[in-house]
Amino acid sequence: MGSFLASLGEAVGLIVTGDPDLLEIIGLSLRVTLTAVAAACVIGLPTGAVVGALRFPGRSLAGVVLNSLMGLPPVVVGLMVYMALSAGGPLGPLGLLYTPTAMIIAQTILVTPIVAALTKQIVEDLHADYAEQFASLEVGPFDRVVALLWDARFSLMTVALAGFGRAVAEVGAVIMVGGNINHVTRVMTTTIALETSKGNLEVALALGVVLLTIALIVNGAVMTFRATAARVTYA
Amino acid sequence: MLETEFNVRSPAPAWREETQRAASPEVLLETRTLCFDAGGRRLIDRIDIDIRAGRRTMIMGANGTGKSLLLRLLHGLIPPTRGEVLWRGRPLDRRGRHAQAMVFQRPVMLRRSVIANLRFALAVRGFTGSERTMRETEALQRAQLEGLAARQARVLSAGEQQRLAVARALSCAPRILFLDEPTASLDPVSTHAVEQLIREAHADGVTIVLATHDVGQARRLGDDLVFMHAGRVVETGRVSDVLNAPRSEAARAWLEGRLYLDSSS
Ligand SMILES: Nc1ncnc2c1ncn2[C@@H]1O[C@H](COP(=O)(O)OP(=O)(O)O)[C@@H](O)[C@H]1O
Ligand SMILES: [Mg+2]
Repeated sequence: MGSFLASLGEAVGLIVTGDPDLLEIIGLSLRVTLTAVAAACVIGLPTGAVVGALRFPGRSLAGVVLNSLMGLPPVVVGLMVYMALSAGGPLGPLGLLYTPTAMIIAQTILVTPIVAALTKQIVEDLHADYAEQFASLEVGPFDRVVALLWDARFSLMTVALAGFGRAVAEVGAVIMVGGNINHVTRVMTTTIALETSKGNLEVALALGVVLLTIALIVNGAVMTFRATAARVTYA
Repeated sequence: MLETEFNVRSPAPAWREETQRAASPEVLLETRTLCFDAGGRRLIDRIDIDIRAGRRTMIMGANGTGKSLLLRLLHGLIPPTRGEVLWRGRPLDRRGRHAQAMVFQRPVMLRRSVIANLRFALAVRGFTGSERTMRETEALQRAQLEGLAARQARVLSAGEQQRLAVARALSCAPRILFLDEPTASLDPVSTHAVEQLIREAHADGVTIVLATHDVGQARRLGDDLVFMHAGRVVETGRVSDVLNAPRSEAARAWLEGRLYLDSSS
C-alpha cells in the first residue's frame, strides 16, 4: 500500500512537471487516435447514414455486417494489418509497418464499423420520423442522407466520442503493428503495458491517470451533446 | 408590401385564371377502382372519386376507415394494389407530385429552426436565391411566425407547428393541398388559425382535400364531401346536402353518433 502511494506520488510528479517523454507519448496517442477517428467518421458516417436511410438490395445484410464488424477483436485487426504491411504483404513496399501510420490504419479499421453501426441506428430512428415528409417533398437520396446527418449532428458527436474512447484505450492492435518503439510508436496504452511488466509503476500510473482523465472528459462531452440533442429535438 | 413585390415578380400562375374562368372546373385528380390491401385485408375498396380544381373536398368517416390511406394514395406516397390515380387525366407521376403538397396529422418538423424548415422544403423543390428568400418571408408572415423564425421548430407549440407545416406546404406553390386531420389535436384558437390558413390558400386558388371527423369543420371549410366507411366511399355530394340529409345508413348513423357495424358487403 505504501509503495502504491509512493508510486502514485511519483506519477503525479511526472504529470505536473510535464515530463517530456510522457508528453511525447500522450501527444502521439492523441495524434494517432484523433486521426483514426477522423478517418473513421469520414467513412463511417455516410456509410451508416446510407444503410440507415436508403432502401437498396442487400441493405439488411449490410446492417448485419456492420453490427458484426463492430465486435472485431483488436488482435485480429492487428494481425490483418500486420500481414498486409509486412515485407511480404501486398502493402509491404510502402514500408509502413512499425510507424504511426500503421497504428492509424489499424485503429481506423477498428473504429469505422463502430461509427457506421451507431450512425445507422441513429439515422434509422430519425428517418422513421422524417420518411413521409421526405417522400411528400420528394427529397432525393443524396439530400436525404445529408439532411439526416445534419439533423442528427449532436447525437453523432457522441458516436465519434465513443469511437475515440474505444481507440484511445486500445492496446492489442497498435502494439502488433506499431511495435511499441521508443520515441517512434510508443503510445499510452502500449507504454502502460510495457512499463508495468518492467515494474516501472510510476510511469504506468501517470499514463493511467491521464487516460482516465481523458475518459472522464469524453464522458462529460458525451453528456453535454446528449443534453444539446435533447434540447434541439425536444423529444 | 412584400405581398405586392411577390405578385410583381412571380405573377399568379396561368392555371389560377383558368380555374376562375372555367364554368365547370377541370378534374384535377381522379381515382379508378382504387384498392389498397395490407396484411391480407382490403383497406381501400374500389374507390372512384373526382376532385375538381379549386374545390374543397372533405373526406369524412370514422377512425380507421381509411381516410389517411386514401390521402396517401392520392398523393402517391403508397402505390395502389389495384386501380389508379390520375392527375389531370394522366397517371400520377413525378411532375404531378410536384404540384401537390401534404400536411400530416402530426406535423413532421425537422430538427432545425423554423426558417430552416421552410428553406429545406423550398430548396428541395428547386427554389433558389431571392425567390427562395421571398417565399420564406411570405410563409413566415402567413403562419404568423415572423418573431419565431430562429426558434427550434420542435419546441414550438402544437398549433404553431401545424401553422408552420401548412405554410411550409403552401410555400412550394402547390396546386392541391392534402391535409390529414390537421386540427385533430389543437385547441379552438389554434384550430381557427389553421382553418384561416386553409381558407386563404383556397382563395389563392389552391385545391383542398382535407380528412376530418369534425362535422363543424367540414361545414366551415368544405364544398364537397366524400363519406367513407370501412375502406369504401358510401356517399358523396355537397357538404351541406350530405350532412343535412345523409342518404347512406353509414353516414346517418355516424352523424347521429351511433355505432354502425356493417360487414354485409
Ligand atoms: N400499412 C398498413 N398496414 C396494415 N394496415 C394498415 C396500414 N395502414 C393503415 N392500416 C389500417 O387501415 C385502416 C385505415 O387506416 P387509416 O387510413 O389510418 O384510417 P383513418 O385515417 O380513417 O383513421 C386501419 O384499420 C389501419 O389499422
Ligand atoms: Mg387518419
